[in-house]
Amino acid sequence: MELLNYAFMQRALLAAVLVGVTAPAIGIYLVQRRQALMGDGIGHVAMTGVGLGFLLSWSPVWMATAVSVLGAVLMELIRWYGRTRGDIALAMLFYGGMAGGVMFINLAPTGSTANLTSYLFGSLSTVSETDVTAICLLAAFVVLVTIGLRRQLFAVSQDEEFARVTGLPVRALNLLTAVTAAVTVTVAMRVVGLLLVSALMVVPVAAAQQLTRSFAATFAIAVAIGVAVTISGTITSYYQDVPPGATIVLLTIAAFLLLTALAAPLARRRARAVEQGAGDPAECAIPETGPETGKQTVPAGRGSPDGGGA
Amino acid sequence: MSEPVISLRGVRAELGSRTVLRGIDLTVRSGEVVALLGANGSGKSTAVRGIIGQVPVSAGEIEIFGTPRARFRDWKRVGYVPQRTTAAGGVPATVTEVVASGRLSRARFGLLRGADHEAIRQALDLVGMADRAKDSVDALSGGQHQRVLIARSLASEPELLIMDEPMAGVDLASQEVLAATLREQVAKGTTVLLVLHELGPLEPLIDRAVVLRDGCVLHDGPPPKAVGQHALPGHDHVHPHAASGAEPVRTGLLS
Repeated sequence: MELLNYAFMQRALLAAVLVGVTAPAIGIYLVQRRQALMGDGIGHVAMTGVGLGFLLSWSPVWMATAVSVLGAVLMELIRWYGRTRGDIALAMLFYGGMAGGVMFINLAPTGSTANLTSYLFGSLSTVSETDVTAICLLAAFVVLVTIGLRRQLFAVSQDEEFARVTGLPVRALNLLTAVTAAVTVTVAMRVVGLLLVSALMVVPVAAAQQLTRSFAATFAIAVAIGVAVTISGTITSYYQDVPPGATIVLLTIAAFLLLTALAAPLARRRARAVEQGAGDPAECAIPETGPETGKQTVPAGRGSPDGGGA
Repeated sequence: MSEPVISLRGVRAELGSRTVLRGIDLTVRSGEVVALLGANGSGKSTAVRGIIGQVPVSAGEIEIFGTPRARFRDWKRVGYVPQRTTAAGGVPATVTEVVASGRLSRARFGLLRGADHEAIRQALDLVGMADRAKDSVDALSGGQHQRVLIARSLASEPELLIMDEPMAGVDLASQEVLAATLREQVAKGTTVLLVLHELGPLEPLIDRAVVLRDGCVLHDGPPPKAVGQHALPGHDHVHPHAASGAEPVRTGLLS
């Protein structure tokens, strides 16, 4: 592995692994809440942060973190209050963020649209020492939140109304999810770029779902896929001289297609097993009375395939 | 009489510009089973969602266990079963994982100990879903899904159960299990507030019915006699007090 002899490749691989862990880890909660595109929106808003970073000669990574956290909180508040016109407000936030980024970076003395491109599509080989430090700190935060609070985040993302009655601080957890997603976007910004961040949040989760029945397994497999594609994408880009961000995203989609193809026969076999195990699957509520009474119930169940109901 | 567990006085609520509740008074006392009845749009679900704080109320007072709702923190005493449509995530989750979130109100920092896992298992046992514990909730029928949601509300061993249309879209077998589960809870002294479209198989359990119409209380007293659809001969009528092994009865109804 001679590529590990280069300091820039060591940094690139470290950053890539951290993105592979964090993006699916928060992405799974976004997918669970059916806000799969939230990462994309935050990515747009983060562009203003990058532009401001150049304009003020601050670290674009930290500036993007600040602005995207602000944007994510704003999105969550819009979701909370503006139920009726929420989507329009979100659209304005997204495109305003993108336009702001382009504007600021052109006003900046050192900036040009070329600089912006490295943030839009990622630029692994230019990841600096300070970038790596920032990425490590931010990734640690994301991992702590997504694993430490997994039961709370699961409950809130699964059923917000019920979570409120278990006494969970629903609004605080919603805001925390939004902030964590924003932080993840800036972690992933240097690796896959702002425009492709959302793919790493959503596609590994979607791929993992093809095989799993539980949330815990989906989480583990999604993170494993994330790490596998970011590492292999980074290595591929080193040897083949292709852009790492695009390589990683295409590999993720390939993983999704592969697992989907594998899942179809698996699901069929599972369905057959259920059918054989429990008789008529539409009426599988019956066997819980015990195996011998269960058999007696089958004729009644067959008489009414939908099980009656209201 | 025992102390009120839920108390609503002059509660008003608006959804958007539409007034849904126009000054509701409702008291549920300890150990009572109260059904909240009414047509679609009468405000019965909004009333329940106001009690749990999902819908803001614009006027009036709500107290739970004698504490104003805004200051009520003792949520482990309350079990809630929402309408099934609200509880669907975009990621697979097993029956156990869903029921475990009902135990969070008793778990410190979201850490589940041995006793918590035991309570989760017991809740699944109560609704007869223990054998499906490792299955994905997406693979369940409507009635089974509803039983999982009820297990989730029972996981915290609540003193008060609030259920929003627990029988909607539930097959006969599950209706029987639900009625039996509820009967067991009521026998233990659990207070129950149910939103129902009609009394149906739960009728024998219900002490009192509150009927809403257009956001006002129309009737508060003994359950109304069977009328309309409920009295029709073809209407599903499962008697939860019949023996659970009464297969001939069910076969007769279905054929």
